[in-house]
Amino acid sequence: MIKLEDVHKSFGDHEVLKGVDAEIDKGQVVCLIGPSGSGKSTLLRCINGLETYQSGQISVDGERVDVASPRIHDIRTRVSMVFQRFNLFPHRTAIENVMEGPRYVLKQEQASARQKAEQLLVRVGLEDKLDAYPSALSGGQQQRVAIARALAMEPEAILFDEPTSALDPEMVGEVLQVMRALAEEHMTMLVVTHEILFAREVADSVLFLDGGRIVEEGPAGEVLRQPKNERTQDFLRRVTHPV
Amino acid sequence: MTDFIASAGVYLPILLKGVWLTIAVTLLSLGLATLLGLIWALFRTSGIRWLALATRIFVEFVRGVPILVVLFYIYFVMPEFGLDLTAFQAGVVGLALTYSCYIGETFRAGIEAVDKGQVEAAKSIGMKTPMMMRRVVLPQAFRIVVPPYANNMVMLLKDSSQVSVISVAELTMQGKMLASSTFDNMTVFTLVALLYLCLTIPLNFAMRRVEVAMGSAK
Ligand SMILES: Nc1ncnc2c1ncn2[C@@H]1O[C@H](COP(=O)(O)OP(=O)(O)O)[C@@H](O)[C@H]1O
Ligand SMILES: [Mg+2]
Repeated sequence: MIKLEDVHKSFGDHEVLKGVDAEIDKGQVVCLIGPSGSGKSTLLRCINGLETYQSGQISVDGERVDVASPRIHDIRTRVSMVFQRFNLFPHRTAIENVMEGPRYVLKQEQASARQKAEQLLVRVGLEDKLDAYPSALSGGQQQRVAIARALAMEPEAILFDEPTSALDPEMVGEVLQVMRALAEEHMTMLVVTHEILFAREVADSVLFLDGGRIVEEGPAGEVLRQPKNERTQDFLRRVTHPV
Repeated sequence: MTDFIASAGVYLPILLKGVWLTIAVTLLSLGLATLLGLIWALFRTSGIRWLALATRIFVEFVRGVPILVVLFYIYFVMPEFGLDLTAFQAGVVGLALTYSCYIGETFRAGIEAVDKGQVEAAKSIGMKTPMMMRRVVLPQAFRIVVPPYANNMVMLLKDSSQVSVISVAELTMQGKMLASSTFDNMTVFTLVALLYLCLTIPLNFAMRRVEVAMGSAK
């Protein structure tokens, strides 16, 4: 569904992605792990057309992701994104945040957009926060609204960029719970995360990105339990046994 | 003091005519300056290099020239290019042009102060730039911009006195004419100052109320 072929991306003369190949099939959950600064966010942002890339090809359903093309807006409605820092619209309530895309981008009727948004907020456990502004919500609640906002577009895939890293520890669980439920419903997901337990439990496969290259990939169990690459071993040791 | 009150009774009706013109000049040029300022700000943040640069050069030019010179230029020079404006029109255009550059800069700063994550969130749900600006960026920039905008509004009101140099009979001009015919400088200019204060103090007060209301709404 999402395919990356030899993707290169530089900021000025700093090459961040040095030829990335990957494929995410429909219904798959893929976790992308790797040290900070290895280019994980950049990779996600390229898939969503928030960054340009210099060479290689990223495609969604066979269609090339090209920031300069007018088709980019359509591709973005099909691949949603959940950000590390939630990025909810602070001047709109929870339900308005969720309705924003369906109502104004997909031009759905007010009543049906609202009804659907309500159902989504119920689904992420926020039925009593429909009219709350983001500033009145906890981090975990905000991130669940953000997931509902992504789902409201009825996307074919969702990209998650460290969705729990900005959360207090006691709120990580509620967000992972929602993501686990999505995985069980076979939502296509590409998840950047340091939650190794979540990856082990939920992911179909794992990609390990280091220095702008995918240095190891395979089924979650294999990569996370018996990593072959020395850098992967090293990284996993550090995230699972923090000093 | 009784002298002052007696003459004030005579002068006030004349000065009030000037007050109305001051208000008219201020409101018209404020409206035009706001509209133009928004356009300059959108140009400068458009990401289109040449457009941003051209706007920036224009803004720097206008900001670097005294209002008086801008007014003279529009009133006395533009007719040679076929643009013949009345003194009132030239005054409004000159003030609007000058203030559009100040206001535009505060709008630009407001737009740039909106978190980049907001732009990304808007794009990631498929919004195109105009809708993103209208529904996501500008409403948030608006809050940031209110205090400097209010400040510009009061400055504009005071600077509207400058159009007296091209003989628009607003408050300052009426005062000058009255003073030179009565030689009663003290009474006339005290009244003029008080009348300006009657306009600026309520304006300042109202804007502070708006700021407080917006601050608590967030
Ligand atoms: N907009 C940008 N301009 C310049 N350099 C950037 C930009 N965004 C990211 N980088 C650089 O790219 C590298 C990868 O960043 P990022 O994708 O955020 O890594 P990760 O998400 O894996 O921590 C880092 O060295 C970072 O400094
Ligand atoms: Mg990152």
